[in-house]
Amino acid sequence: MALTANQPLRREQATIMNRFDITKRMVARLHRDEAVIGGIGYTNFDLWAAGRRPQNFYMLGSMGLAVPIAMGVAIAQPKRNVIALEGDGSILMQLGCLSTVANRRLANLTIVIMDNGTYQITGGQKAATEMGADIVAIARGAGLAQSAWAADESAFEELIDVALREDGPWLIGCRIDTAKPVDTTERDPARIRDQFMRGLGVKK
Amino acid sequence: MPLDTAGPDRTWFEITRDVLKQHKVSLVTYVPDNVLRPLITLLESDPFFTCFVCTREEEALGIVVGAWMGGVHGIVLMQTSGFATLPNAIASLAMPFQIPVLMMVSERGTLGEFNIGQSLVARTMRPVLECLACEYHTMTRLDEAEFILDRAITQAVATQAPVTFILSPLLTGGKVFAK
Repeated sequence: MALTANQPLRREQATIMNRFDITKRMVARLHRDEAVIGGIGYTNFDLWAAGRRPQNFYMLGSMGLAVPIAMGVAIAQPKRNVIALEGDGSILMQLGCLSTVANRRLANLTIVIMDNGTYQITGGQKAATEMGADIVAIARGAGLAQSAWAADESAFEELIDVALREDGPWLIGCRIDTAKPVDTTERDPARIRDQFMRGLGVKK
Repeated sequence: MPLDTAGPDRTWFEITRDVLKQHKVSLVTYVPDNVLRPLITLLESDPFFTCFVCTREEEALGIVVGAWMGGVHGIVLMQTSGFATLPNAIASLAMPFQIPVLMMVSERGTLGEFNIGQSLVARTMRPVLECLACEYHTMTRLDEAEFILDRAITQAVATQAPVTFILSPLLTGGKVFAK
Protein backbone atom coordinates (compact mmCIF):
# COMPACT_ATOMS: atom_id res chain seq x y z
CA MET A 1 0.00 0.00 0.00
CA ALA A 2 2.91 2.32 0.62
CA LEU A 3 3.77 1.97 -3.02
CA THR A 4 0.30 2.66 -4.37
CA ALA A 5 0.12 5.72 -2.13
CA ASN A 6 3.05 7.16 -4.09
CA GLN A 7 1.24 6.85 -7.39
CA PRO A 8 -0.76 9.75 -8.82
CA LEU A 9 -4.21 9.79 -7.33
CA ARG A 10 -5.99 11.27 -10.32
CA ARG A 11 -6.22 10.26 -13.94
CA GLU A 12 -5.00 13.65 -15.20
CA GLN A 13 -1.73 13.21 -13.34
CA ALA A 14 -0.73 10.01 -15.18
CA THR A 15 1.58 10.13 -18.20
CA ILE A 16 0.04 9.05 -21.50
CA MET A 17 1.76 5.84 -22.60
CA ASN A 18 1.54 3.54 -25.64
CA ARG A 19 -0.59 0.40 -25.39
CA PHE A 20 1.70 -1.92 -27.36
CA ASP A 21 4.78 -0.69 -25.53
CA ILE A 22 3.37 -1.26 -22.04
CA THR A 23 1.78 -4.57 -23.07
CA LYS A 24 5.23 -5.76 -24.16
CA ARG A 25 6.71 -4.51 -20.91
CA MET A 26 4.07 -6.42 -18.95
CA VAL A 27 4.52 -9.67 -20.90
CA ALA A 28 8.30 -9.43 -20.42
CA ARG A 29 7.75 -9.54 -16.66
CA LEU A 30 5.73 -12.78 -16.72
CA HIS A 31 7.97 -15.69 -15.71
CA ARG A 32 5.63 -18.07 -13.92
CA ASP A 33 3.07 -18.94 -16.61
CA GLU A 34 0.69 -16.25 -15.42
CA ALA A 35 -2.67 -16.29 -17.21
CA VAL A 36 -3.63 -13.15 -19.16
CA ILE A 37 -7.18 -12.46 -20.34
CA GLY A 38 -7.35 -9.89 -23.14
CA GLY A 39 -10.63 -7.98 -23.42
CA ILE A 40 -12.15 -7.23 -26.81
CA GLY A 41 -10.64 -4.99 -29.43
CA TYR A 42 -7.29 -3.29 -29.47
CA THR A 43 -6.43 -4.44 -25.94
CA ASN A 44 -6.23 -8.04 -27.04
CA PHE A 45 -4.84 -7.21 -30.50
CA ASP A 46 -1.75 -5.74 -28.85
CA LEU A 47 -1.56 -8.66 -26.41
CA TRP A 48 -1.51 -10.94 -29.45
CA ALA A 49 1.13 -8.74 -31.09
CA ALA A 50 3.26 -8.80 -27.92
CA GLY A 51 4.01 -12.50 -28.51
CA ARG A 52 2.06 -15.74 -28.40
CA ARG A 53 1.77 -17.35 -25.00
CA PRO A 54 -0.35 -20.45 -24.37
CA GLN A 55 -1.49 -18.78 -21.14
CA ASN A 56 -3.12 -15.91 -23.06
CA PHE A 57 -6.87 -15.86 -23.73
CA TYR A 58 -8.30 -13.54 -26.37
CA MET A 59 -11.97 -12.59 -26.14
CA LEU A 60 -14.24 -12.10 -29.16
CA GLY A 61 -17.34 -10.07 -28.42
CA SER A 62 -18.82 -10.34 -24.90
CA MET A 63 -17.61 -6.80 -24.22
CA GLY A 64 -16.87 -6.19 -20.56
CA LEU A 65 -16.27 -9.79 -19.54
CA ALA A 66 -12.45 -9.88 -19.34
CA VAL A 67 -12.49 -9.33 -15.57
CA PRO A 68 -15.20 -11.95 -14.86
CA ILE A 69 -13.38 -14.51 -17.03
CA ALA A 70 -10.11 -13.72 -15.22
CA MET A 71 -11.95 -14.04 -11.91
CA GLY A 72 -13.09 -17.55 -12.90
CA VAL A 73 -9.55 -18.61 -13.82
CA ALA A 74 -8.25 -17.14 -10.55
CA ILE A 75 -10.84 -19.07 -8.52
CA ALA A 76 -10.10 -22.32 -10.35
CA GLN A 77 -6.31 -21.95 -10.06
CA PRO A 78 -5.54 -20.06 -6.84
CA LYS A 79 -1.78 -20.67 -7.13
CA ARG A 80 -1.51 -19.00 -10.54
CA ASN A 81 -1.44 -15.23 -10.97
CA VAL A 82 -4.10 -14.02 -13.39
CA ILE A 83 -4.18 -10.67 -15.19
CA ALA A 84 -7.25 -9.13 -16.84
CA LEU A 85 -6.38 -6.62 -19.57
CA GLU A 86 -9.39 -4.44 -20.22
CA GLY A 87 -10.24 -1.18 -21.98
CA ASP A 88 -11.91 1.78 -20.31
CA GLY A 89 -15.08 1.52 -22.42
CA SER A 90 -15.31 -2.18 -21.64
CA ILE A 91 -14.93 -1.89 -17.88
CA LEU A 92 -17.47 0.96 -17.84
CA MET A 93 -19.95 -1.59 -19.19
CA GLN A 94 -19.40 -4.01 -16.29
CA LEU A 95 -18.43 -1.92 -13.25
CA GLY A 96 -20.32 -4.23 -10.89
CA CYS A 97 -17.66 -6.90 -11.33
CA LEU A 98 -15.15 -4.70 -9.48
CA SER A 99 -17.20 -5.04 -6.30
CA THR A 100 -17.42 -8.80 -6.80
CA VAL A 101 -13.62 -9.00 -7.15
CA ALA A 102 -13.29 -6.98 -3.94
CA ASN A 103 -15.81 -9.16 -2.08
CA ARG A 104 -14.06 -12.37 -3.12
CA ARG A 105 -10.64 -10.96 -2.08
CA LEU A 106 -8.92 -12.75 -4.94
CA ALA A 107 -5.26 -12.61 -3.94
CA ASN A 108 -4.01 -13.81 -7.34
CA LEU A 109 -5.92 -11.36 -9.55
CA THR A 110 -4.66 -8.16 -11.18
CA ILE A 111 -6.74 -5.90 -13.40
CA VAL A 112 -4.96 -3.63 -15.90
CA ILE A 113 -7.13 -0.94 -17.48
CA MET A 114 -6.03 0.61 -20.78
CA ASP A 115 -7.67 4.03 -20.74
CA ASN A 116 -7.51 6.27 -23.80
CA GLY A 117 -10.80 7.99 -23.08
CA THR A 118 -12.39 6.79 -26.30
CA TYR A 119 -14.21 3.95 -27.99
CA GLN A 120 -11.32 3.86 -30.42
CA ILE A 121 -12.28 0.80 -32.48
CA THR A 122 -15.72 2.22 -33.31
CA GLY A 123 -14.45 5.57 -34.52
CA GLY A 124 -13.09 7.38 -31.49
CA GLN A 125 -16.27 8.47 -29.75
CA LYS A 126 -15.58 9.96 -26.32
CA ALA A 127 -16.02 7.66 -23.33
CA ALA A 128 -17.14 8.75 -19.87
CA THR A 129 -13.49 8.48 -18.81
CA GLU A 130 -12.78 11.53 -21.00
CA MET A 131 -15.59 13.40 -19.27
CA GLY A 132 -14.56 12.98 -15.65
CA ALA A 133 -14.96 9.30 -14.73
CA ASP A 134 -11.82 8.00 -13.01
CA ILE A 135 -11.56 4.20 -13.12
CA VAL A 136 -9.08 4.02 -10.24
CA ALA A 137 -11.34 6.12 -8.03
CA ILE A 138 -14.32 3.97 -9.06
CA ALA A 139 -12.34 0.81 -8.22
CA ARG A 140 -11.40 2.15 -4.80
CA GLY A 141 -15.02 3.00 -4.20
CA ALA A 142 -15.96 -0.55 -5.15
CA GLY A 143 -13.65 -1.85 -2.44
CA LEU A 144 -10.42 -2.41 -4.39
CA ALA A 145 -8.11 -0.52 -2.04
CA GLN A 146 -4.99 -1.54 -3.98
CA SER A 147 -5.80 0.50 -7.07
CA ALA A 148 -3.45 3.02 -8.62
CA TRP A 149 -2.69 4.93 -11.78
CA ALA A 150 0.69 4.10 -13.33
CA ALA A 151 2.57 7.42 -13.33
CA ASP A 152 4.75 6.36 -16.26
CA GLU A 153 6.29 3.28 -17.88
CA SER A 154 8.74 2.50 -15.09
CA ALA A 155 6.03 2.93 -12.46
CA PHE A 156 3.85 0.56 -14.50
CA GLU A 157 6.59 -2.08 -14.47
CA GLU A 158 7.05 -1.61 -10.74
CA LEU A 159 3.30 -1.96 -10.12
CA ILE A 160 3.15 -5.17 -12.20
CA ASP A 161 6.05 -6.61 -10.21
CA VAL A 162 4.38 -5.76 -6.91
CA ALA A 163 1.04 -7.15 -8.07
CA LEU A 164 2.68 -10.45 -9.08
CA ARG A 165 4.62 -10.67 -5.85
CA GLU A 166 2.12 -9.56 -3.22
CA ASP A 167 -1.45 -10.48 -2.44
CA GLY A 168 -4.12 -8.79 -4.53
CA PRO A 169 -6.55 -8.01 -5.87
CA TRP A 170 -4.83 -5.15 -7.69
CA LEU A 171 -6.03 -2.64 -10.26
CA ILE A 172 -3.57 -0.65 -12.35
CA GLY A 173 -4.88 2.24 -14.41
CA CYS A 174 -2.88 3.11 -17.54
CA ARG A 175 -3.51 6.20 -19.62
CA ILE A 176 -2.67 5.36 -23.21
CA ASP A 177 -2.60 7.13 -26.55
CA THR A 178 -4.76 6.33 -29.57
CA ALA A 179 -2.10 4.59 -31.66
CA LYS A 180 -3.40 1.74 -33.81
CA PRO A 181 -2.67 -1.80 -32.59
CA VAL A 182 0.31 -3.55 -34.14
CA ASP A 183 -1.51 -6.70 -35.30
CA THR A 184 -4.95 -8.36 -35.33
CA THR A 185 -5.78 -11.42 -33.23
CA GLU A 186 -6.60 -14.58 -35.20
CA ARG A 187 -10.34 -15.09 -34.68
CA ASP A 188 -10.43 -18.84 -34.04
CA PRO A 189 -12.20 -19.28 -30.70
CA ALA A 190 -12.06 -23.08 -30.48
CA ARG A 191 -8.30 -22.97 -31.01
CA ILE A 192 -7.80 -20.09 -28.59
CA ARG A 193 -9.71 -21.95 -25.88
CA ASP A 194 -7.96 -25.25 -26.50
CA GLN A 195 -4.48 -23.71 -26.40
CA PHE A 196 -5.35 -21.72 -23.28
CA MET A 197 -6.56 -24.85 -21.44
CA ARG A 198 -3.36 -26.66 -22.41
CA GLY A 199 -1.36 -23.62 -21.30
CA LEU A 200 -3.05 -23.82 -17.92
CA GLY A 201 -2.39 -27.54 -17.62
CA VAL A 202 -6.09 -28.43 -17.69
CA LYS A 203 -5.76 -30.40 -20.94
CA LYS A 204 -2.77 -32.56 -21.79
CA MET B 1 -19.70 -40.42 -3.56
CA PRO B 2 -22.45 -41.07 -0.99
CA LEU B 3 -25.30 -38.65 -1.31
CA ASP B 4 -26.25 -36.49 1.64
CA THR B 5 -29.89 -37.25 1.15
CA ALA B 6 -30.92 -40.48 -0.52
CA GLY B 7 -34.36 -41.82 -1.23
CA PRO B 8 -37.55 -40.57 -2.80
CA ASP B 9 -38.27 -37.74 -0.43
CA ARG B 10 -35.75 -35.26 -1.72
CA THR B 11 -36.84 -31.78 -2.81
CA TRP B 12 -35.90 -30.33 -6.21
CA PHE B 13 -33.13 -28.31 -4.60
CA GLU B 14 -31.69 -31.31 -2.75
CA ILE B 15 -31.70 -33.29 -5.99
CA THR B 16 -29.95 -30.40 -7.74
CA ARG B 17 -27.29 -30.23 -5.03
CA ASP B 18 -26.69 -33.99 -5.21
CA VAL B 19 -26.39 -34.11 -9.00
CA LEU B 20 -24.04 -31.11 -9.05
CA LYS B 21 -21.84 -32.91 -6.54
CA GLN B 22 -21.89 -36.14 -8.53
CA HIS B 23 -20.66 -34.22 -11.55
CA LYS B 24 -18.11 -32.20 -9.54
CA VAL B 25 -19.82 -28.93 -10.42
CA SER B 26 -18.42 -26.96 -7.49
CA LEU B 27 -18.69 -23.31 -8.55
CA VAL B 28 -22.05 -21.54 -8.31
CA THR B 29 -22.52 -17.92 -9.35
CA TYR B 30 -25.92 -16.32 -9.06
CA VAL B 31 -28.09 -13.25 -9.19
CA PRO B 32 -30.66 -13.62 -6.40
CA ASP B 33 -34.17 -14.95 -6.91
CA ASN B 34 -36.84 -15.85 -4.41
CA VAL B 35 -37.71 -19.24 -5.91
CA LEU B 36 -34.01 -20.19 -5.97
CA ARG B 37 -33.57 -19.14 -2.35
CA PRO B 38 -33.69 -22.66 -0.81
CA LEU B 39 -31.15 -23.91 -3.39
CA ILE B 40 -28.84 -20.95 -2.80
CA THR B 41 -29.09 -21.41 0.98
CA LEU B 42 -28.32 -25.10 0.65
CA LEU B 43 -25.31 -24.59 -1.63
CA GLU B 44 -23.88 -21.72 0.41
CA SER B 45 -23.99 -23.84 3.55
CA ASP B 46 -22.15 -26.75 1.91
CA PRO B 47 -18.34 -26.50 1.90
CA PHE B 48 -18.16 -28.51 -1.33
CA PHE B 49 -19.42 -25.46 -3.21
CA THR B 50 -17.93 -22.05 -3.87
CA CYS B 51 -21.17 -20.11 -4.15
CA PHE B 52 -21.47 -16.34 -4.38
CA VAL B 53 -23.62 -13.48 -5.60
CA CYS B 54 -22.77 -11.46 -8.72
CA THR B 55 -24.03 -8.08 -9.86
CA ARG B 56 -25.21 -9.19 -13.32
CA GLU B 57 -25.94 -12.48 -15.06
CA GLU B 58 -23.30 -11.75 -17.73
CA GLU B 59 -20.69 -11.39 -15.03
CA ALA B 60 -21.84 -14.66 -13.42
CA LEU B 61 -21.55 -16.42 -16.80
CA GLY B 62 -18.10 -14.96 -17.51
CA ILE B 63 -16.82 -16.30 -14.19
CA VAL B 64 -18.10 -19.80 -14.97
CA VAL B 65 -16.43 -19.65 -18.42
CA GLY B 66 -13.08 -18.69 -16.89
CA ALA B 67 -13.35 -21.35 -14.20
CA TRP B 68 -14.09 -24.07 -16.77
CA MET B 69 -10.95 -23.17 -18.69
CA GLY B 70 -9.06 -23.31 -15.39
CA GLY B 71 -10.39 -26.78 -14.61
CA VAL B 72 -13.45 -26.13 -12.42
CA HIS B 73 -17.03 -26.67 -13.61
CA GLY B 74 -19.72 -24.20 -12.59
CA ILE B 75 -23.37 -23.25 -12.90
CA VAL B 76 -25.13 -19.88 -13.16
CA LEU B 77 -28.41 -19.39 -11.25
CA MET B 78 -30.82 -16.63 -12.28
CA GLN B 79 -34.44 -15.78 -12.97
CA THR B 80 -36.15 -15.32 -16.35
CA SER B 81 -35.61 -11.57 -16.66
CA GLY B 82 -31.90 -12.10 -15.97
CA PHE B 83 -31.65 -14.66 -18.73
CA ALA B 84 -32.88 -11.98 -21.12
CA THR B 85 -29.60 -10.10 -20.57
CA LEU B 86 -27.50 -13.06 -21.73
CA PRO B 87 -27.90 -13.70 -25.50
CA ASN B 88 -24.72 -11.84 -26.45
CA ALA B 89 -22.59 -13.60 -23.84
CA ILE B 90 -23.96 -17.01 -24.86
CA ALA B 91 -23.55 -16.30 -28.58
CA SER B 92 -20.12 -14.68 -28.46
CA LEU B 93 -18.50 -16.48 -25.53
CA ALA B 94 -20.02 -19.76 -24.34
CA MET B 95 -20.94 -21.16 -27.76
CA PRO B 96 -18.01 -20.23 -30.05
CA PHE B 97 -15.44 -21.06 -27.37
CA GLN B 98 -17.28 -24.36 -26.71
CA ILE B 99 -17.77 -24.01 -22.96
CA PRO B 100 -20.28 -26.29 -21.17
CA VAL B 101 -21.77 -23.49 -19.07
CA LEU B 102 -24.67 -24.76 -16.98
CA MET B 103 -27.53 -22.29 -16.51
CA MET B 104 -30.50 -22.73 -14.19
CA VAL B 105 -33.37 -20.30 -14.63
CA SER B 106 -36.28 -20.04 -12.23
CA GLU B 107 -39.22 -19.40 -14.51
CA ARG B 108 -41.23 -16.29 -13.90
CA GLY B 109 -43.86 -14.86 -16.20
CA THR B 110 -46.18 -17.83 -16.43
CA LEU B 111 -48.75 -19.85 -14.43
CA GLY B 112 -49.92 -17.06 -12.19
CA GLU B 113 -47.53 -14.20 -12.88
CA PHE B 114 -48.64 -10.89 -11.34
CA ASN B 115 -46.02 -8.58 -12.94
CA ILE B 116 -46.63 -7.75 -16.61
CA GLY B 117 -42.92 -6.97 -17.11
CA GLN B 118 -42.05 -10.52 -16.10
CA SER B 119 -44.74 -12.07 -18.30
CA LEU B 120 -43.56 -10.12 -21.36
CA VAL B 121 -39.83 -10.77 -20.96
CA ALA B 122 -40.47 -14.46 -20.21
CA ARG B 123 -41.74 -14.93 -23.77
CA THR B 124 -38.27 -14.14 -25.13
CA MET B 125 -36.51 -16.97 -23.30
CA ARG B 126 -37.35 -20.07 -25.34
CA PRO B 127 -37.19 -18.30 -28.74
CA VAL B 128 -33.71 -17.02 -27.80
CA LEU B 129 -32.58 -20.50 -26.76
CA GLU B 130 -34.09 -21.98 -29.93
CA CYS B 131 -32.45 -19.54 -32.30
CA LEU B 132 -29.08 -19.94 -30.57
CA ALA B 133 -29.53 -23.71 -30.91
CA CYS B 134 -28.75 -23.87 -27.19
CA GLU B 135 -29.88 -27.07 -25.50
CA TYR B 136 -32.52 -26.54 -22.79
CA HIS B 137 -34.89 -28.55 -20.64
CA THR B 138 -37.98 -27.43 -18.79
CA MET B 139 -38.16 -29.18 -15.45
CA THR B 140 -41.76 -29.73 -14.30
CA ARG B 141 -41.69 -32.98 -12.31
CA LEU B 142 -39.76 -34.09 -9.25
CA ASP B 143 -39.47 -37.68 -10.50
CA GLU B 144 -37.73 -36.49 -13.69
CA ALA B 145 -35.43 -33.94 -12.10
CA GLU B 146 -32.43 -36.16 -11.39
CA PHE B 147 -32.55 -37.83 -14.81
CA ILE B 148 -32.73 -34.52 -16.67
CA LEU B 149 -29.93 -32.88 -14.69
CA ASP B 150 -27.64 -35.90 -14.75
CA ARG B 151 -28.01 -36.67 -18.46
CA ALA B 152 -27.91 -33.06 -19.59
CA ILE B 153 -24.75 -32.24 -17.63
CA THR B 154 -23.08 -35.33 -19.06
CA GLN B 155 -24.07 -34.23 -22.57
CA ALA B 156 -22.95 -30.61 -22.02
CA VAL B 157 -19.45 -31.77 -21.05
CA ALA B 158 -19.22 -34.40 -23.80
CA THR B 159 -20.36 -32.00 -26.52
CA GLN B 160 -18.66 -28.88 -25.06
CA ALA B 161 -21.90 -26.92 -25.22
CA PRO B 162 -23.93 -24.85 -22.77
CA VAL B 163 -27.24 -26.11 -21.41
CA THR B 164 -30.13 -24.34 -19.67
CA PHE B 165 -32.46 -25.79 -17.06
CA ILE B 166 -35.78 -23.97 -16.79
CA LEU B 167 -37.40 -24.53 -13.40
CA SER B 168 -41.16 -24.45 -14.02
CA PRO B 169 -43.56 -23.32 -11.28
CA LEU B 170 -44.98 -26.84 -11.68
CA LEU B 171 -41.78 -28.05 -10.01
CA THR B 172 -40.97 -25.24 -7.61
CA GLY B 173 -44.37 -23.72 -6.81
CA GLY B 174 -43.18 -20.50 -8.38
CA LYS B 175 -43.74 -17.09 -6.90
CA VAL B 176 -47.33 -16.40 -5.94
CA PHE B 177 -49.33 -13.19 -5.91
CA ALA B 178 -48.69 -11.38 -2.63
CA LYS B 179 -52.13 -10.09 -1.68
